[in-house]
Amino acid sequence: MSVIDARELPLRGTRTLSGPLVSVLSVAGFLLLWFVAAELAQSRLLPGPGAVLQYIYHEALHGDLLTELGITLWRVIASFVIAMVVGSVIGLAMGEMPALDRALDPWLIVLLNLPALVIIILAYVWFGLNEATAIGAVALNKIPNTIVTVREGARALDPGLDEMARAYRLSPLSKLRNVTLPQLQPYFAAASRSGLSLIWKIVLVVELLGRPNGVGFELHLNFQLFNVTAILGYTLAFVTVMLAIEYLLVQPLERHATRWRNKPV
Amino acid sequence: MLDVKPESMTVLMGPSGCGKTTLLRIIAGLDDRFTGTVSIPPDARIGLMFQEPRLLPWRTVRQNIELVAAPGFTAGDLERLADSVGIADMLPRYPQELSLGLARRVALARAFATKPDLLLLDEPFVSLDERTADRLRRLLLEVWKKRPTTAILVTHNAREAILLADQLVLLAPRPTHVVAVETIDLPQGERDAKAIDDIFADLLRRYPANFATG
Repeated sequence: MSVIDARELPLRGTRTLSGPLVSVLSVAGFLLLWFVAAELAQSRLLPGPGAVLQYIYHEALHGDLLTELGITLWRVIASFVIAMVVGSVIGLAMGEMPALDRALDPWLIVLLNLPALVIIILAYVWFGLNEATAIGAVALNKIPNTIVTVREGARALDPGLDEMARAYRLSPLSKLRNVTLPQLQPYFAAASRSGLSLIWKIVLVVELLGRPNGVGFELHLNFQLFNVTAILGYTLAFVTVMLAIEYLLVQPLERHATRWRNKPV
Repeated sequence: MLDVKPESMTVLMGPSGCGKTTLLRIIAGLDDRFTGTVSIPPDARIGLMFQEPRLLPWRTVRQNIELVAAPGFTAGDLERLADSVGIADMLPRYPQELSLGLARRVALARAFATKPDLLLLDEPFVSLDERTADRLRRLLLEVWKKRPTTAILVTHNAREAILLADQLVLLAPRPTHVVAVETIDLPQGERDAKAIDDIFADLLRRYPANFATG
């Protein structure tokens, strides 16, 4: 026999803190920890959140912060788009054609294991210190990862739906749009999730090594000046931009793409 | 040599594993690992209903039907077709929200939306409870009578075969071969429970191996 104990119900209620509230509390906790650590250290090498926020505010209004953020963001987006498009096409082809998969697999493994730094240095040496090389080098670092993820998706395509498409004589374009791409959507989402964060880290390295502007260049400059406030300021500002992209762009897009799921029967 | 007459319902009946589905897949052009010939007029439109509904889960019912619809298939045609199979209210829904019986109705509507020259049905009513299956069989007949088309249906269910067939092809396994081709002359609309029992008894007497278990 089962007995429902009414006293358990209010307890359960306390656990339903709404999602955004938990996130806000979590961020507040981080700022508090940072503040306490900075107060204890009392060092030029660990400025508190107040000093950093003040720096960001000042640089945004009177300095180059917004321009540098914009330049870096443009490089991130350009590399990201190239890496996703090229990686998806190759990944889909490799997933659907076993012969091609066998032929390209060794290349893929080499590329996956080539350190980002090696690709960047060689690209700069061979193709010069220019914008196209910088963006290409970053994309090349992400492409193998996209290929692997999308290839996994292509291997998991439902043969039943493929037969349906063939029996009903769907055109290749219509099949791609209505049958194949929707099945790959979770894999695109996974690839782009890990892609954005990977790419913006590599963009900073590319900027540090061979660009006269961007967040990476500024970090390098301030490292030489030992200006930790500026380093934290630029980092925080760009992380905020990436968070905004995640919450305002990536997640709403994903919700839109998966709206057919989790509907009650 | 199996000859299928235009605008008739041919039913292939045999036990599981005797190659009925394979034969249907060959006719649909989904399987080319065979020897022999299938002569279908070129650019014939095919409507195919699989054992499972095989709807696109990320498209609404309406989009699923429109995707394969014949050129010139209007919104009005779609409304009428949806109405005739009883899914008019389901058009804006996603397939996941539908029961299996409803999803089958959608699959049936989709097969008819191609305005098929050849309608292929692969055990379209398996794993439904008998009442739902029977409603859907009557529904199939109704829709098919309104839009006469050459149809081939595969089943292992004897009563289903007797209810639907103009021409009944009996198959046996190991190796797969045609035992007999029977013609049922009584119009489908007049086949009530008693008529089906009579035909069944007659066929059971003549082909005990094919009808004993069904």
